Amino acid sequence: MTITNEPGADVAVPSELITVIVDGVAIGVPKGTLAIRAAEMLGIEIPRFCDHPLLDPVAACRACLVEIEGVPKPQPACAQVVSDGMQIKTQFSSDVAREAQEGVMEFLLLNHPLDCPVCDKGGECPLQNQAMSVGRPESRFTLDKREFEKPINVSAQILLDRERCVSCARCTRFADQIAGDPMLELLERGAQQQVGTADDEPFDSYFSGNTIQICPVGALTSATYRFRARPFDLVSVPTACEHCASGCSLRTDYRRSTITRRLAWDDPEVNEEWNCDKGRFAFPYMQQGRLEWPLIREDGELRTASWPEAIDVAARGLQAAGKDTAVLVGGRSTVEDAYAYQRFARAVLGTDNIDFRARANSAEEHSFLASRVAGTPVQVEYSDLESAPTVLLVSFEPEDESPIVFLRLRKASRTGTRVYSVGSGTTRGLEKMAGTCIPALPGREADVLASLPADVRDALAEPGAVIMVGERAAASSGTLTAVVELAESTGAALAWVPRRAGERGALDAGALAGVLPGGRPLTDAIARNSIAQAWGLAESDLPRPGLSGVELHDAITEGRISAALVGGVEPADYPLDAVEALGDLDFVVSLENHHSAVTELADVVLPVAVVSEKSGTFVDWEGRPRPFGQVFRDAMMGSDAYVLGMLASALDRAQPSTVTDIRAELGRLGPWTGSRIPFEPARVDSAQADTTGEVRLDSWRLLLDLGVMQEGDPHLAATARPTVARMSPGTAQRFAIGTHVRIEGPGGFVQLPVELDESMIDGVVWTPMNSEGCRVYRDLGVGYGHAVSIAPATEGGSA
Amino acid sequence: MSTPLTPVITEFWDRPDLYTLDGYRAVGGYRALERALTMDPDDIIAQVKDSGLRGRGGAGFPTGMKWGFVPQGDGKPHYLVVNADESEPGACKDIPIMMANPHALVEGVIIASYAIRANHAFIYIRGEVPNAIRKVEFAVKQAKEAGLIGSNIQGSGFDLDVVVHSGAGAYICGEETALLDSLEGYRGQPRLKPPFPAVAGLYASPTVINNVETIANVPYIVDRGVEWFRGFGTEKSPGFKVFAVSGHVKRPGIYEAPLGITMRELLDYAGGMRDGSEVKFWIPGGSSVPMLTPEHLDLPLTYESMAEAGTMLGTGTPMVFDQTTSVVKAVTRWLEFYKHESCGKCTPCREGTYWITGVLEKFEHGHGQEQEMETLTSLCSQISGRSFCALGDAAATPYPAAMKYFRDEFLAATHTSADEQFDPVASYVFAGAAAR
Ligand SMILES: Cc1cc2nc3c(=O)[nH]c(=O)nc-3n(C[C@H](O)[C@H](O)[C@H](O)COP(=O)(O)O)c2cc1C
Ligand code: SF4
Ligand code: SF4
Ligand code: SF4
Ligand code: FES
Repeated sequence: MTITNEPGADVAVPSELITVIVDGVAIGVPKGTLAIRAAEMLGIEIPRFCDHPLLDPVAACRACLVEIEGVPKPQPACAQVVSDGMQIKTQFSSDVAREAQEGVMEFLLLNHPLDCPVCDKGGECPLQNQAMSVGRPESRFTLDKREFEKPINVSAQILLDRERCVSCARCTRFADQIAGDPMLELLERGAQQQVGTADDEPFDSYFSGNTIQICPVGALTSATYRFRARPFDLVSVPTACEHCASGCSLRTDYRRSTITRRLAWDDPEVNEEWNCDKGRFAFPYMQQGRLEWPLIREDGELRTASWPEAIDVAARGLQAAGKDTAVLVGGRSTVEDAYAYQRFARAVLGTDNIDFRARANSAEEHSFLASRVAGTPVQVEYSDLESAPTVLLVSFEPEDESPIVFLRLRKASRTGTRVYSVGSGTTRGLEKMAGTCIPALPGREADVLASLPADVRDALAEPGAVIMVGERAAASSGTLTAVVELAESTGAALAWVPRRAGERGALDAGALAGVLPGGRPLTDAIARNSIAQAWGLAESDLPRPGLSGVELHDAITEGRISAALVGGVEPADYPLDAVEALGDLDFVVSLENHHSAVTELADVVLPVAVVSEKSGTFVDWEGRPRPFGQVFRDAMMGSDAYVLGMLASALDRAQPSTVTDIRAELGRLGPWTGSRIPFEPARVDSAQADTTGEVRLDSWRLLLDLGVMQEGDPHLAATARPTVARMSPGTAQRFAIGTHVRIEGPGGFVQLPVELDESMIDGVVWTPMNSEGCRVYRDLGVGYGHAVSIAPATEGGSA
Repeated sequence: MSTPLTPVITEFWDRPDLYTLDGYRAVGGYRALERALTMDPDDIIAQVKDSGLRGRGGAGFPTGMKWGFVPQGDGKPHYLVVNADESEPGACKDIPIMMANPHALVEGVIIASYAIRANHAFIYIRGEVPNAIRKVEFAVKQAKEAGLIGSNIQGSGFDLDVVVHSGAGAYICGEETALLDSLEGYRGQPRLKPPFPAVAGLYASPTVINNVETIANVPYIVDRGVEWFRGFGTEKSPGFKVFAVSGHVKRPGIYEAPLGITMRELLDYAGGMRDGSEVKFWIPGGSSVPMLTPEHLDLPLTYESMAEAGTMLGTGTPMVFDQTTSVVKAVTRWLEFYKHESCGKCTPCREGTYWITGVLEKFEHGHGQEQEMETLTSLCSQISGRSFCALGDAAATPYPAAMKYFRDEFLAATHTSADEQFDPVASYVFAGAAAR
């Protein structure tokens, strides 16, 4: 393990080694090691079904029985804690162990249907494999097998074939111990024991797909993958998830150029062995409704064009606008693509008008990111969360906005980490982390942070404490300033957690006005010189600081910008007029893989690769690079960097356009150790007093919603949480709200069913930000932290 | 000279009002409690230890030692849980005790709780016996009203609340850790040990779980002393036992006698076998212990001598079967019980009972195959000692014991059904009466 000086790093050092002897071979293991793990360390594999290293032992399946010297009965290796000098004899050196294991294997198979030829698990099935290694060649069982109706849905996505189940309780323990969604349970007794849910309560979990992966038989399958492929026909490629900044390692399996499934890959430092259902199931978008050819607007209509023609038109148009171009990168780009965007902007177009933040943002956030985050080495990592005594969450709902952070915090909370969250109420996620809500009106978090209860402040001063602030903080003036002050005054480590997978990498790559790659200040002479040199330019060729965020948006609406180069942005993340405003520009180039609100108004649309068609790197919230390889090696579609390279060439400027070349250039630049842009605290714009009839809107994007990259899997969509408006009983009472509420903002209104939430503070209404029946920016015209008015409504009631 | 009966717990069962506080008090009830409350709790534990009392729930674990495992001064709440789930085929002694002499149990609960420093005690009673539940609830209510349960009991400073909880009718909930899960509101399945209940039991706090009869012994030990108690029984099995004799005997019922009495003597007390019948096989303590034959009738019924004979004293509730009984059928019924009651947690018991029962049912109908006799033997050995809890071991018990003494009957069942071999009507307990 790595020894670091970081807070909390000293906690996990194994103190004492003891010696155990497995099959005659001695090995030193840390105290508390289980016999099955000690054997593994020696390469001795004991059969197992219920055992899972990340779940508490149950010793239920009895497949792992071994002989322990001096103990009369064989013992389950998966639950046997070793002691010094213990002699463990496995099936390789003990007849007792071998016979016990064979007996259990025979028992496991008697009620198993052995329908391997039609079972999804066939070919990668622990039951098949272990039946081959420790089973009898022929069964002595000649009676009728137990039968169940098959399959049943435990959720819209997960199907259960009960007759295949070996009652290992991995799925139920996962649901209970890891996800905290204990809706899966073992029911009934004896051979009728079966996994199930309560009648009206399906397995409602963002992490449900993991149960399929850890099921040691084919009892759990997904509606998406069921009967689609055989494991031995699949090609597997290690990949990284593009859906959020948690940074999961994944495995992508494909067959005949079609992705059939994605699995969580084992990365103990990041996602352990888990991922979320979005990362697992939201891949059909890559293979449906893709833009295939460049498009050019002619007489107001988009028409198909050849690549050379489209590149030529795009290059000329951008050249004409030059430094009056805005470059909007979007949150999904890889480090390499983001690097290409900013290099193209600065070196080719001569502009620093660039921003990756295709969402609500602020100048305060710009200053925060430039001074505290861009290009910094890892400050807080997952393991720090686990050892932290206290974690404070600000404007951040991990279960929806960074699911693996949620899982790790939940794990931490089970071993004593206290979680606090500054927010409008105790969410389901916070409850599962046994967390405490520190109530704050959305938009007024700064006030609350400035006057935290003394015990919380003291807890944050303990070594190892962590503050995690979400990207939503940008929408709440003064929050980031307050967070920085809190971190400085308490000494707590500070982590910024964006939602999208590409944001941190884009920031590090320099896709933000004023911030060159690696967090180099654009105004710093040394930084300018080294970048200019790397790009083969003179220092004076580099642009002066440009516009970003709100300033850039204002410049667009006021006509001070004439063109835009837009990467993959999702309009639902953006206050509506930001996208609409692009329509007034002279020239818009959109690099996209699907039609969108931006392609609707673009003059040139250039199709680009999705993650399966390119390699690249994401950077997770920790700052840890998550490189991934290309799944389809013969993909025809080029990456954003590749297309930008073509545009540069068309303007007689060369720039690296392959992942290899870009990584090499980034490598040559190296990390920035010079001076950083200082943080400029924001002056909190003081209270816009609450007026009667107005409440504040709290809102974030649910993990599963109308996101464009979730299109194409109806089963996944069916597991999204229902769209409801939440408020305190007091708020409901004050506005005489019954079962439904009408929420009105400057841009319109929505009518939603109401869920009363005792934990919420008065004067707040919460809605999902981009779910069926409630797209906050489009429907209300305002977002998180803004005032809206609420009034009673009836189901389906008219406006 | 035959061993005399020694009614202690059962001494006044002919008093119709024994179940009331007044009736119990009239025969010396709650005298032991008064005395106990003046004692140092550790001295009570020592006294129970010295008495050599062993658990009457089946395993015979020394009770005082169990109490001594509870860490004292640990700052955690302690709990006493009485196991009144009596569901074992053949066992019928706890329910009669609760119906006839519930205050002996309640008094024992208060003393035991005082000894282990528990301020909460639970009596977990099998759900199918509402009459016993009502009796115990009534006794607890009366004890509360009389200030024997509650705060500052008899001015001693000791607080105790007693909760009577009714189970939902699962044999597995008699297994002590499954009982704890059930009591906590979960599905009753045994827990992984360690931690043991004495360290982390109910609500993860130190917990003592004792059988009804075990606890009902306690007031008498405290009242009459170790020497008196050790005056009964043997060195390793001191004291007396509420034997419940059932089967083909003239007077099935409860006989309280010193440990060490023989089955032949108990049979005498039970009026002997019904007319014209003789012992074919018998089981000393519930279906979970291996059967014995007439040659074992003179063995002392003690923990140690039963172990020597390859069986166990178990619950001390002998079932006696005469020559009209089909061993094949009896074993099949028992296995059907275990199959039905297997909780499903572990593979050997869940699948093994399913398989064995299926094969036994073939034998019962005369369709067994000779090689399946060996299969059954190996299936039992694949369960025994490999299951998660003792229910699996129990399920693997009847067949090998039956094979040891009655192999030929199984062989005959490869061609002749049990009912053809043994007229089922003849074996009915009321068959003799019907004939008369
Ligand atoms: C399947 C099973 C069922 C049991 N049922 C009972 C029961 O009904 N009553 C009982 O006292 N003990 C029962 N036991 C034994 C208990 O687990 C435990 O040993 C006993 O309650 C301890 O009390 P004692 O020490 O006073 O005997 C059962 C054990 C098993 C494995
Ligand atoms: S469904 Fe699979 S994981 Fe769940 S208990 Fe059954 S075999 Fe185990
Ligand atoms: S948690 Fe984030 S990175 Fe992991 S699978 Fe889900 S969306 Fe992908
Ligand atoms: S032996 Fe196993 S299946 Fe049987 S009751 Fe015990 S735990 Fe349940
Ligand atoms: S793996 Fe050990 S009992 Fe299941």
